Amino acid sequence: MFSRDTWKEIFETIQKNKLRTFLTGFTVAVGIFIFVTLFGMGNGLNNTFMEFFGNDATNIFRIYPSQTTIPYGGFKAKRQIEFKNEDIDEIVKEFAPLIDYTTPQIQRNATVTYGEESDNYNTRGVAPGMQFAEKNILMRGRFINTNDLKERAKFAVIGRMVQRDLFKGENPIGEYIDIGGSAFKVIGVFQDDGGDNEERYIYIPYTTRQLIEGNNDKIDQITLAFKESIGYSGAMRFQGKLDAFIRQQKIISPKDPRGIFIENVADNLKRNQQFANVLKIIISGIAFAVIISGIIGISNIMVFVVKERTKEIGIRKAMGATPGIITRTILLESVFITTLFGFVGMIAGIIVLNFIRGDELKDNYFITDPAINSGTAIFVTILLIICGTIAAYIPARRAARIKPIVALRDE
Amino acid sequence: MIEIKDLHKSYKMGSNSLHVLKGINFSCEAGELVAIMGSSGSGKSTLLNILGMLDEADSGSYTLDGVPIKNLSETKAAQYRNKFLGFVFQSFNLINYKSALENVALPLYYQKVARKERQEKSLQYLERVGLKEWATHLPSELSGGQKQRVAIARAMAAEPKVLLADEPTGALDSKTSYEVMDLIQKINDEGNTILVVTHEPDIAEMCKRVIHLKDGVIVEDKQVEQVRAAQYVQ
Repeated sequence: MFSRDTWKEIFETIQKNKLRTFLTGFTVAVGIFIFVTLFGMGNGLNNTFMEFFGNDATNIFRIYPSQTTIPYGGFKAKRQIEFKNEDIDEIVKEFAPLIDYTTPQIQRNATVTYGEESDNYNTRGVAPGMQFAEKNILMRGRFINTNDLKERAKFAVIGRMVQRDLFKGENPIGEYIDIGGSAFKVIGVFQDDGGDNEERYIYIPYTTRQLIEGNNDKIDQITLAFKESIGYSGAMRFQGKLDAFIRQQKIISPKDPRGIFIENVADNLKRNQQFANVLKIIISGIAFAVIISGIIGISNIMVFVVKERTKEIGIRKAMGATPGIITRTILLESVFITTLFGFVGMIAGIIVLNFIRGDELKDNYFITDPAINSGTAIFVTILLIICGTIAAYIPARRAARIKPIVALRDE
Repeated sequence: MIEIKDLHKSYKMGSNSLHVLKGINFSCEAGELVAIMGSSGSGKSTLLNILGMLDEADSGSYTLDGVPIKNLSETKAAQYRNKFLGFVFQSFNLINYKSALENVALPLYYQKVARKERQEKSLQYLERVGLKEWATHLPSELSGGQKQRVAIARAMAAEPKVLLADEPTGALDSKTSYEVMDLIQKINDEGNTILVVTHEPDIAEMCKRVIHLKDGVIVEDKQVEQVRAAQYVQ
């Protein structure tokens, strides 16, 4: 079956029928190419989505204070609500069984200097829980711990990009950096899957920030992680109770649209994931349609090719070719062409995906790292080869079965 | 060499069937050169196709070189054709994308002859039909007579027991026809059995035996004084 002679015969036929070979191959290559690029783009779109919404912990409420709009409980409207350390304690006391961890957050921009290098960074005064809320992974050293909070230590945990820009790749652990006029010792470096911007933060103990700002006890924002075991509906109920509790504590009208705002990451994520899923379904649908039309294209070409060769098949049969040999030759030819061009189309698609990736695509079209899993690409290519083979087999077998006399009469 | 008894064949054409061969009895010895004549529709091509296992008879027996040809599978028929028979067609039936040499080598390829031997043998047969210099040319670059000579070389290359020629001169002018007949006569002189279907009397006279078919039966079977084609060829 795979003798050198058989292949030689096949190569000769392929070489001497360039147009036919090209038509068949082109159909296959284009089908695979469109599939790979389209699917890659779809993945890129999905990546952008995941990058936007998918890299923080999902069991998170973020509680923001703001101005009231309704006079309530003896207070005028337009009162600025502020959170203090004890507010967190009250919340934890009230809802302890539902809470995993909490962390306050005090965000300040500051000029940060190390040696000759200096830049403006966002510093965040936080508690140890922040590491889990942001899903930060420590590359070196450690995160802020409760002891640092107690001692109001001037310690800083810096992002990977901060290390790169300020330290130029040197080990920063134990070095001192200047943050807005105070010297902080670097105790850790973290990375974050959320992209470069998430790695430009500097974390310090929130108590240290409060000490620097006149030993106050104000906090900007509270991040609260609920126990994941309460589930999505449990989280929604918890959100309602929490909202009511804080309004009661801070004397805010239950009807006030402002005053405080609770951002529910799980709820956001759920909606975004639904959107991403719909997107994926649409892209898969289109990709499926491309594959189907590719298969139909190959089948048509194969029917045409075999039809065109009817007379040749008649001649070969008169010369002593058995139906088996005829079918096998046509099949091998088809498999060879579809395999060759299928992989050419696949590789071309992957090259294009690699070529077009970049910031421009990301910023303008929301496509991040368009890529196709090589397993999927190879699977679809092989699927198309198999379908092409089946598509070729049916007309080939029919052609091999027609009586030579009928085939010879074919003009 | 060939022996057929009471051969019947009819074609279905819609609801009515056309009875083409109505009981043919015929035998021929090795080394004969037989012309099968008849007007169009007399069944001569059908007879040749059945002899060539390109078509099947409805009833009757056919024995080729002592082998009964009956109820053959397509595969078996192909193997027998390859082993026993060489074909020459009116419309040449060369494969248009293969060179003259490759066309001649085709039956050898299906006989599983090694490539090198195939090439040598094919070239040898092309030389015998006087087309050695044209070995690498495609059929489209050859004249009608040259094409038919390539086809004859192809038929002979497999060294068949019987050479079947269906109107070998039908598409050629008379001068070229005589050249082709001269070649066929020379091949016959070497002891090969040849059956030629024709409707041209002058071609038939160049054979050794003439069979007349009319309405599906043999009406005449006679030995003739062979006219040598060489005298018409310069």
